Amino acid sequence: MRAPAAGDRGGRARLASAALCAALAATVLISLASGASDASALTVLRQWFAATPQPNALALRDSIIIYEVRLPRILLGILVGAGLAVSGAVMQGLFRNPLADPGLVGVSAGASLGAVSIIVLGQGALAPVTDLLGPLSLPLTAFVGGLATTLLLYRVATRHGRTSVATMLLAGIALAALAMALTGVLIFVADDRQLRDLTFWQLGSLAGATWSKIAAVGPVIALGIATTPFIARGLNAMALGEATAGHLGIPVQRLKYVAIIAVSAMVGASVAVSGAIAFVGIVVPHLLRLAIGPDNRYLLPASALLGAILLLAADAVARTIVAPAELPIGIVTAVAGAPFFLWVLLRNRGVIDL
Amino acid sequence: MIEARQLAVSLGGRPIVSNVDLAARAGEVTAIVGPNGSGKTTMLRALSGDLAYRGQITINGREVSSLKPPEAAAIRAVLPQATSLSFPFTVHEIVRLGLVGGLSGVSERERSDLPRRALERVDLAGFAGRLYQELSGGEQQRVQLARVLCQVWAPVYEGRARFLFLDEPVSSLDIRHQLVIMDIAREFAAAGGGVVAILHDLNLTAMVADHVVVMHDGRVAAAGQAVDVMRDEVLARVFGCELRVGVVPPPGRPFVLPQSVVSRQT
Repeated sequence: MRAPAAGDRGGRARLASAALCAALAATVLISLASGASDASALTVLRQWFAATPQPNALALRDSIIIYEVRLPRILLGILVGAGLAVSGAVMQGLFRNPLADPGLVGVSAGASLGAVSIIVLGQGALAPVTDLLGPLSLPLTAFVGGLATTLLLYRVATRHGRTSVATMLLAGIALAALAMALTGVLIFVADDRQLRDLTFWQLGSLAGATWSKIAAVGPVIALGIATTPFIARGLNAMALGEATAGHLGIPVQRLKYVAIIAVSAMVGASVAVSGAIAFVGIVVPHLLRLAIGPDNRYLLPASALLGAILLLAADAVARTIVAPAELPIGIVTAVAGAPFFLWVLLRNRGVIDL
Repeated sequence: MIEARQLAVSLGGRPIVSNVDLAARAGEVTAIVGPNGSGKTTMLRALSGDLAYRGQITINGREVSSLKPPEAAAIRAVLPQATSLSFPFTVHEIVRLGLVGGLSGVSERERSDLPRRALERVDLAGFAGRLYQELSGGEQQRVQLARVLCQVWAPVYEGRARFLFLDEPVSSLDIRHQLVIMDIAREFAAAGGGVVAILHDLNLTAMVADHVVVMHDGRVAAAGQAVDVMRDEVLARVFGCELRVGVVPPPGRPFVLPQSVVSRQT
């Protein structure tokens, strides 16, 4: 085998990805074994592999906790964390800017608006939508809300194939403000039961994970992630600018549509089940670029892994720091993510010219 | 062979290029010269397929506007005037992007070695592991040229000539590297490919170009061999200053001595 060329970080990236896989497995095991109840995953595992199963009351209770509470929550955490981190990485590649993040530029707010409108109006004005789409109506309206915001943002911030950072961030602020104002109107007209649903959901949380939610959003997020190997090379070429990517043979228009739809789908699905969880999309790709470089062929799958790990870790903090109560996970990611974002800004002060 | 007939391009409703007939042959270096704002870059972008145009542009007999990005990428590579980069890629990673279309024209086995060879060709051996954003302007320009070379490493592919479009390829280079780049252009043409280069240095143009196209106000003011085109009155009229054109002895090619801003020929 030929020695890798200097400047080829593929080997290091593969090694890091393997390490991330191992770390994810470890995180999953720890999450399975920890929680408000003392149900131990080990007990359940032992039960599975016991030669002669001896069902007793304790093991039954434990296995219910693990199957119906912890396992769906862990799976949802993996899906949402991976989806948000990959969305961030794809948006950054598309906008050619390390500061693009679905939460910062209003995509999550747009998706929230879509989701809130179905929560509040699902039995009223939007009843036909609910009837038509059934359990998929929440993720799909969130998707439409996210898609509309992303398209608008791209339209406003990109001219002649160049995206202005300042315009992008400012347009994102405006779009987020608009979406939040409209969400406010909906909250204003919501009844008490809807309000309770909304408040908890808006702060972002993995609590209330069920297998049916996973069935609704799992395929969407998995599909979104599955498209990324097909756009990774194109996003790499985009780093040189849209025109140059085209000269290199990348069908840029198609790439942009695929990327925008994949991001909207993943963000929409994540927001629909767990509210707006901020900063995962900016922290994860940034850390990974420091470690393995910006090549999207490695960055995108590694983002999925690290996103899942970080969200599971944040969820563990959210569940235990004020036990037996539970902090919304959005607060945990924001408390850790916002200072990190400031740090990124400081590091790039010379590079990023607003 | 590249042919433009009655080419016209407007940007934002303003006509930038109009009525241009142009031919760039395989096996030749075609230089486009002209003052700032004369439509050189706009024309090159139209040839690259970046802009909507009226009239006709064909590369090897195919209309440019009908080519899909991968098809166009297999025929021509484009070196833009300036390239910005949004993420910290290494030099190797940038050069390898030239292979993203997958048709460098060499075997799979050779291909993995292309970035190294291309970097050697532009005098940047040993730079593969450096971060692109930390290089000087001239070094970055040569890295981009290495990327472009990777894309069309074989000047002739499946029996058809390929083309290099270079927009001011030597604008930030020292004299040695200007010559290195010109050498690459000549070599590419000698091997059967075609080169279309926008140049500002008239002496470099006279030295390297088989065919010179002088542009002025979005039109072709003169076109032909350097000796025929680069004459006092043509250059003075187009550039709006006084120049003296002489001829260097052995190959009989012209050289240009700038005199003063005010053109005394009226």
